[in-house]
Amino acid sequence: MHELYFLKNRDNPESHTIEFYLGHGGYEALKKTLKQFAPKEVIEEVKKSGLRGRGGAGFPTGIKWGFVPQDNPNPKYLICNADESEPGTFKDRYIIEHEPHMMIEGIVLSSYAINCHQAYIYIRGEFVAGADILEKALAEARAKGFVGKNIFGSGYDLNINVHRGGGAYICGEETGLIESLEGKRGWPRLKPPFPAIVGLFNSPTIINNVETLANVPLIMERGADWYSKIGSNPKNAGPKLYCVSGHVNHPGLFEFPLGMNLKELIYEHAGGVYKAHQLKAVIPGGSSTPVLLPDEIDVAMDYDSLMSIGTMLGSAGAIVMDETTCMVDALYNLERFYAHESCGQCTPCREGTMWMVKLLSRLEHGEGTVDDVDLLKDVAGNIMGRTICPLGDAAAMPAKSFVQKFRDEFIEHTRQHRCPITKDKSIKGTDANA
Amino acid sequence: MAVEFSEAAKQEFSEILTHYPTKEAAMLPVLHLAKREFGHVSTEIMAYISELLELNVTRIANVVSFYTLFPGTPEGKYVIQVCSTLSCQLMGAETVVDHVKKKLNIEVSETTPDKKFTLKKVECLGSCGTAPVMQINDTYYEQLTVEKIDKILDSLK
Ligand SMILES: Cc1cc2nc3c(=O)[nH]c(=O)nc-3n(C[C@H](O)[C@H](O)[C@H](O)COP(=O)(O)O)c2cc1C
Ligand code: SF4
Ligand code: FES
Repeated sequence: MHELYFLKNRDNPESHTIEFYLGHGGYEALKKTLKQFAPKEVIEEVKKSGLRGRGGAGFPTGIKWGFVPQDNPNPKYLICNADESEPGTFKDRYIIEHEPHMMIEGIVLSSYAINCHQAYIYIRGEFVAGADILEKALAEARAKGFVGKNIFGSGYDLNINVHRGGGAYICGEETGLIESLEGKRGWPRLKPPFPAIVGLFNSPTIINNVETLANVPLIMERGADWYSKIGSNPKNAGPKLYCVSGHVNHPGLFEFPLGMNLKELIYEHAGGVYKAHQLKAVIPGGSSTPVLLPDEIDVAMDYDSLMSIGTMLGSAGAIVMDETTCMVDALYNLERFYAHESCGQCTPCREGTMWMVKLLSRLEHGEGTVDDVDLLKDVAGNIMGRTICPLGDAAAMPAKSFVQKFRDEFIEHTRQHRCPITKDKSIKGTDANA
Repeated sequence: MAVEFSEAAKQEFSEILTHYPTKEAAMLPVLHLAKREFGHVSTEIMAYISELLELNVTRIANVVSFYTLFPGTPEGKYVIQVCSTLSCQLMGAETVVDHVKKKLNIEVSETTPDKKFTLKKVECLGSCGTAPVMQINDTYYEQLTVEKIDKILDSLK
């Protein structure tokens, strides 16, 4: 059995308290690091660990931190991205509610590394309970002197504030998030400049996902060499949270080293396909990642393995679909999401997502033609690479992959002039591993 | 009657301002505060916020309309938000919506005549592993069943 890091206290209702965290070695990594490491050395250690972003893109964390210009006279900011809104993803919520101190310790360590004295946690507005838990945890950490002035007598100061979002998926995108935090609409900015150079309040800013930051105490406690040996290889290293939802008997959150086999995850750990139905498709890494066929799921869930078969690890939110799922209807559902969440700044994204919804509605209701199926693929193709932020591509990629891999089913809708699938709309009771 | 924050909210507002180098950045926290105080963010409330933040009222309106959490008019005492995104749909979200509709005798985006319940369909709530899911005011209700929905709605006074 591998050692659990994030989920080790899953069954303990007190895991969010500072007493519990301190009783289990909490804040020791911070104490040690502030005494023994210069900020630059923390960046080096995180680079060496191989830690890559858990928010979706998988960018190497230490390298990103190294982009922060230390000669810039402006203050530097760190933002913890707790906007978790990618359909199929529910891992950060666990950390926020059950291990808030792991997250806070990670924020302090990471802020120290980039010489930042003000950090914000941007949490999606719907996570009211999570925001309360974080406020309480921060109050506890301030009272103990782990956040605030002269932390552990090191002379290092850091203030952390929780900032609640207003209900908009696009605010999870880092530059949309910055605009939103500044008090504006969450309209993504053109890059470059990258936030590490010009970010929040025109100052150098690092944005990292909750899970990414929560890895940092482990790296500083046990060392980069030890850490980089967890997982598939040094480029795909570390413990990882995997979300499994949809048609499985035992959905929920699981922890394994990076590179867990997707098939094993579904069949051994998530209880297999719901009621032993036939598997039809799996979206491996959250709604934006290209879909996989049943014969493609014998794959390691890590950045490079999934990339090599044309999809992505994304936020590691696997959505399982069984034989009762209509793929036209499933894509219709997702494109409604993207059309609703498009911020509307770029024509290809705003118009393209609306077009896809219209085409999919026609197809699902038996009013579509074969030309509509091809048009759907063309519309998706025309969004790709033509937008300010990656939401456009995130909407286009599922469409392209669904049409490519399930073309026959799309065509069957036009041939029969109705949806040919017997859908099961009943509420499915599961033994969720929540 | 001009709208105004309670004394407690005014204090909270002063505290919020200390978190940011600009007044404008206090926008979302103040909107959340306003929603807690008044239940919605009407034009009149936006005008009040524009004074507090020393920003043009059109700037406030522009931001408010972008987000989903700040309704312009009062809603029911309990706002039921049923997640309708893929993982929840696969696990029966449509049946959840239909059941609530029938039970409360309202359509989606409507409020019951006694102003007790408003029903909304929303996008992924970040709780897909325990689908189907709904949020009522601040609370999440997960792994819903028809019996569970009945019990929850009946318990809300
Ligand atoms: C439309 C969109 C939504 C996103 N939502 C989130 C989110 O909810 N949480 C998150 O951490 N990253 C999200 N991201 C990725 C962020 O832009 C950013 O890459 C990430 O927070 C960086 O952190 P990491 O390097 O630690 O992964 C989103 C990206 C896009 C394009
Ligand atoms: S791609 Fe879509 S969401 Fe992103 S900036 Fe353009 S319109 Fe907005
Ligand atoms: S799809 Fe419903 S909570 Fe994510």
